[in-house]
Parts: sequence; structure tokens; C-alpha cells
Amino acid sequence: MSIKETQQQSRLLRGVHRTLTGLHPALESLIAALVGLLVGAILMAVWGYDPWKAYIALLQGAYGGSYEWASSLTRATPLILTALTFSICLRAGMFNIGAEGQLFMGATAAICISFFALPPGLHHIVGLLFAAIAGAAWSLVPAALKIMRGVSEVISTIMFNWIAKWLALYLAIYVLVDPIRAEKTVSIPLSARFPLLVARTDLSYGIFVSVAFALVIYFLLWHTATGYELRAAGLNPAAARYGGIPNKRTMFLSFILGGIAAGLAGATIVMGLPPTYAIYGGGGLPQLVNMGFDGMAVAMVGRNHPLGIIIAAIFFGGLNAGGRVMQFYGSSPVPLEMVRVVMGAIVIAMSIPELIRVFPIVATGSRNLLRALRGNRKEESA
Amino acid sequence: MSFSDIISLLRISLHAMVPLALTAVGEIVGETAGLFNIGLEGILLICAFAGALGAEAGGPYVGLLVGMGVGGVIALLFAVINTYWRGTQMVTGIGINLFAMGFVAFGLIKLGAPGFHMVPANVMVDGAEKAVQLAKLRTPWGMYSPIILVALILPFIVHWFLKRTRAGLMLKAAGEMPEAADVAGININRIRILAAIFGGVLAGLAGAYMSVAWLGLVTKGLSAGRGFIALACVVFSGLNPLLALLAAFIFGFFQALAEWVKTLPSKPIPGEFVSMLPYIVTLLVVSGAIGRVRFPKFLGVPYKRE
Repeated sequence: MSIKETQQQSRLLRGVHRTLTGLHPALESLIAALVGLLVGAILMAVWGYDPWKAYIALLQGAYGGSYEWASSLTRATPLILTALTFSICLRAGMFNIGAEGQLFMGATAAICISFFALPPGLHHIVGLLFAAIAGAAWSLVPAALKIMRGVSEVISTIMFNWIAKWLALYLAIYVLVDPIRAEKTVSIPLSARFPLLVARTDLSYGIFVSVAFALVIYFLLWHTATGYELRAAGLNPAAARYGGIPNKRTMFLSFILGGIAAGLAGATIVMGLPPTYAIYGGGGLPQLVNMGFDGMAVAMVGRNHPLGIIIAAIFFGGLNAGGRVMQFYGSSPVPLEMVRVVMGAIVIAMSIPELIRVFPIVATGSRNLLRALRGNRKEESA
Repeated sequence: MSFSDIISLLRISLHAMVPLALTAVGEIVGETAGLFNIGLEGILLICAFAGALGAEAGGPYVGLLVGMGVGGVIALLFAVINTYWRGTQMVTGIGINLFAMGFVAFGLIKLGAPGFHMVPANVMVDGAEKAVQLAKLRTPWGMYSPIILVALILPFIVHWFLKRTRAGLMLKAAGEMPEAADVAGININRIRILAAIFGGVLAGLAGAYMSVAWLGLVTKGLSAGRGFIALACVVFSGLNPLLALLAAFIFGFFQALAEWVKTLPSKPIPGEFVSMLPYIVTLLVVSGAIGRVRFPKFLGVPYKRE
């Protein structure tokens, strides 16, 4: 092969590569999702299930019709918000794993509005406000510990998740409990429930809260000076500090915004999810647990961008909704937990920054090796 | 509070200390080399499950070995992603935790009872009784698991290894100044992978200990934040294994105290608030200890040769 040919070939490769990098983020998420589904399929096959049938059931349960779409969107509603919690803080350079606990607090605070009567509309707004304030307050302590004492936010937010879980359980069992049915809290009154968007499904107007908040965050991060400062602090903290951006303020701001998002997620669940509009203390908060953790997976696949997050949340909401169908399908139904296995595998795959290149690296690496070997042999013969 | 109460409180504290101490010591080795694994929680959970399966198949020692092996394999995956593939360590760790939550819950359903699985003390095989759980040592002060000895001795060995041996200094170099270490002929990626595997094996032992040698059951929330409390031990210790052992004992003591208060007949405090105690203490200790602690310069940064 002449030098010219080699140059041409490498230029061609570079061109292909540049095209790929344009689509890079979306493509990477797609590959990660496929890797995750593949890992799930292998595990299902190992445990003796039919992965093909299970995935078909899951897909039909997620996107098979208008009822299924509504169900997927319902599951996506809180995930959009908890994903925003994680990604706002990540954009500012911090790992806020506390969405789970902040969501518990938000949901509990939203339940508190059942104790007074207000006209509809105002009652919704008060509920959302309560939840947002509770979520933000719960995220303030880890932020303060980080800023004043340098405590790693990973550890403090996790500890706060556990504290929030026990606090929410305590409140649900002893304080906010329904006097007639002891296993749940009092229900949100009619005047504060989000009406259903599609009749006979569980999709409510709560989804507009999620999407609107995602759009607000998008505008804030990419179209205001504050958002620019926040992202700059995350990209390069030292440079941002020399540039005059007070990084304590950006930390506080990102944690507060994240807390508000997670609190609102709690509110959308208790105020928008039929049929009970309440928290079950007896069953260990079944509607609320793991929403915060699933949100991290959504944030990662959505590339920490509000618009990407909405798409990713619809995907993960679909997994959750379809998983519910999958676990009652056929002769050997696959448990719902499979969905979280797939999520974990997707996140692990997402952590590899050059996921696309992992495959071409193998290809080009072996090709280069072959070429080098051949070249050596030529030199020897010459 | 009588003398026997104090003895039993200490006994439970020592048992609760073991998983924290083992995991923290393993993580100290990993962090010294520059890898920050927050997937420990998930490794603990998966290995508790795998260890229980192994013990039921071939006895307690097989169970512990299976736990260690599975922990090592997960850590190997984590390490390869974060060295050769230059991944983001936090994200990989979060992924491992998510995966573990799903995998163990899934596996427990597969075993019959959703949510939990009891590990029997003995099983009858061909008319002979065969141990499944690791037998506890009988002492005048109650029954103690032999793994406690491992957890008490290991930090000293690791401390000696990190401070006094050439390999320990190589580990430190890989975390503090990978470039200089690379020039000195140390393979950074390989040494980081080895360190991470060591940490994974210890976390695996800790997980298997919980199901096979201590509690005798697997639940989907068995790890209950212990992986993160172990991380808090590491933060408290400033990468000194002996201080990590001390921290593990403190946190273990408060877990034991919470359990003890819950069994009091008078119920002075609601159980939910008692359950918060270990986490609140962890927060307080970590926020009090920080400041003097210094971590390796290149902790969490993948090394790339220029």
C-alpha cells in the first residue's frame, strides 16, 4: 500500500469518525441501551426464561397502544424530575444521589395539604410549593456540609436518603395516617388532585409539571448568565473561580434546584397517581422507592440534558410500564425486577466515555497490528 | 443496663463492625491506587446473595469463596472500565448499585420467596447433617464468628503493606503521581486493577459474611447502606486502615445500639427514629473528621499516557 493510499484511507476514517461524533451522544445512549437489553436477555436466558417473548411482552406493554402509552408517560413523569435533580448537580460538578430522600420529603409535604381546604388551582399550587420547599430544604443540609465542612456529597446525600426514608415512614404511620385505613396516609382532597389527561388511564396533568420544569431548567442552564456560571463551575471549577464565579453560590443553587425537582416529583406522584392519592406507610412507601435511583439512570441516558432526559424518561417509563405487563405474561412470567437489572447494565455501559469507539478500537487495533506485522516481514525480506 | 447487656451489645457491635471494616480496608487499597468505587454497596448485596447460594451448594467455606470470587469479578469489570476504557468511576459505581438492586431482588423471586431468603444453619444430605452457615466460636462471653478475627487482623497487615513494602509504595505512587510512577516503570493500569480486585474480594467476603456467617438470611435491602458507611469510614480514616477499623467499630456500635434500643420493652423512642441513628452518627462523624484528611491527588482520574 502506498503512502498516498494510506493517507487517503486515514482521511476517510477521520471523516467517518467526525460524522459519528456529531451523532455521538444519542448514538452512545442507544448503544448503551442495547447493551443493557442484551445483558438482560443473557441473564433471562441463563435463569431459564425466554428473553425474546419477554421483550415482546414488554414492548407491547410499553408502547402497544394509547393505554400503554399513557401508562408509560405516567411512569416517566417523576423520572423526568428526579433525573433533573441528578443532572443539574452533575452539570455543576457534583454527584447528588439524594433525589430519593428529597422525593420522600416532597411527597410527605404534599400530603400535608390535605389538612386544609382551598379552591382548586390554588390548592394545586400550594401543594407543589410545599413539596418543592421540602425537597429543597432536605438538599440544603448536604450542600451546607459540602461547602462548610467539605463532606463528600455522595456520602451525605446517601445518609440523608436513609434518614428521609425512616422519617417519611414515621410520619406516614403515626402522624399523617388515615384514621379509617391505617396502612395509608390521608388522601389528597379532590381540590388538589391533578385531573386525568386521558380517561380510564392513570396519566394525569402532572406530566405537564415535569415537562414544564424540564423546559425551565433548559432555559435557565443554557440561556441565562446564572446557568452559564453553573455549567462553567462544573466544567472547570478552578477556571470558573479565577473567572470570578462564586462556586459556593453555584453549589447551593444546583442543590436547591435539584431539591425542588425531586420534591416536585414526590408531589406529582401523590397528587397525580390514581387511585389512592396517598402514601402507603404499611408497605414501605411502595410508589416512592427507587424513583430517585431510576432517575439517575434516566439522567445518564438523557446525557444530562433536559430534552434528552424527557426522551430517556419515556424509554425508562416504558420499561417500567412494560415490565408490569411482562410479569403477568405467558407461562413463565419474568419478574418486574428484571427492568432494574437492565437499567444497571445500561448505566454501567454509559460510564464508558468512548463506548462507540470500544468496538472500532478492536477493529482498527487488530488491523494496525496485522499491518505492522506484515510491514516487518517485508522489511526483513528486503 | 446490666453487665450481660454490655457484653451482648459489644458482641453485636463486633459482628456489625466486620462488613464495614473489611469493605473499608479494601476500599482504602483501591483509593490509594486512585480508584474510587462507590459500587461497594452493590457488591456487598450481590455477594451476600451469591455467597448464600454457594454455601447451600457446598458448605460455608465454598460460600465465602464464591462471595470473594464474585466480588473480585465485579471489581475487575469496574477496574477495566475505569483504567483502559477511561470511564467515569462514579457512574460505573452507580450502575453497579442499580444492577445489584435489580439482580438480587430478581434472584430472590427465583428462589421462591420474594424479598428474602433464609440460609439454613444445617441441611441433611444423605442422612448426614451438613453445615451451611459458618459455625460460630463458643467463648465464655457468647458466640463469635471467626471472621471477626480476620477483620481485626487484616487492617494491621494492610497498614504494614502500604507503609513498609515496595508494592505498597507502588500503589501509593499510582494514586499520587501516576506520571512519575509510569516513568519509573510501573504499569499504572495493571496496579490499579489489582488494587480494585483486592477491594472487590474483601467486599465480597464482607457480603458473604453477612449471609453465611452472621445474619443467616438474604434480603433485597440487606446491605442497608453499609457500602456507603464503609466509604464514610474511609473518609474518616484518611486512608489509614487502623483508623478505618476504629471507625468501623464506632459505626458498628451504633448499629448494635439501634438494634438493642428497638428490643427494649419500654420503647423510649419510636423504632423509626432509632433506625436513623447509624446514619446520623455517620454524618456527624464524617463532618467532624474532615478537614485534616488528604486524598491521593489523582483519585478518580483515569491515567492516560501522553
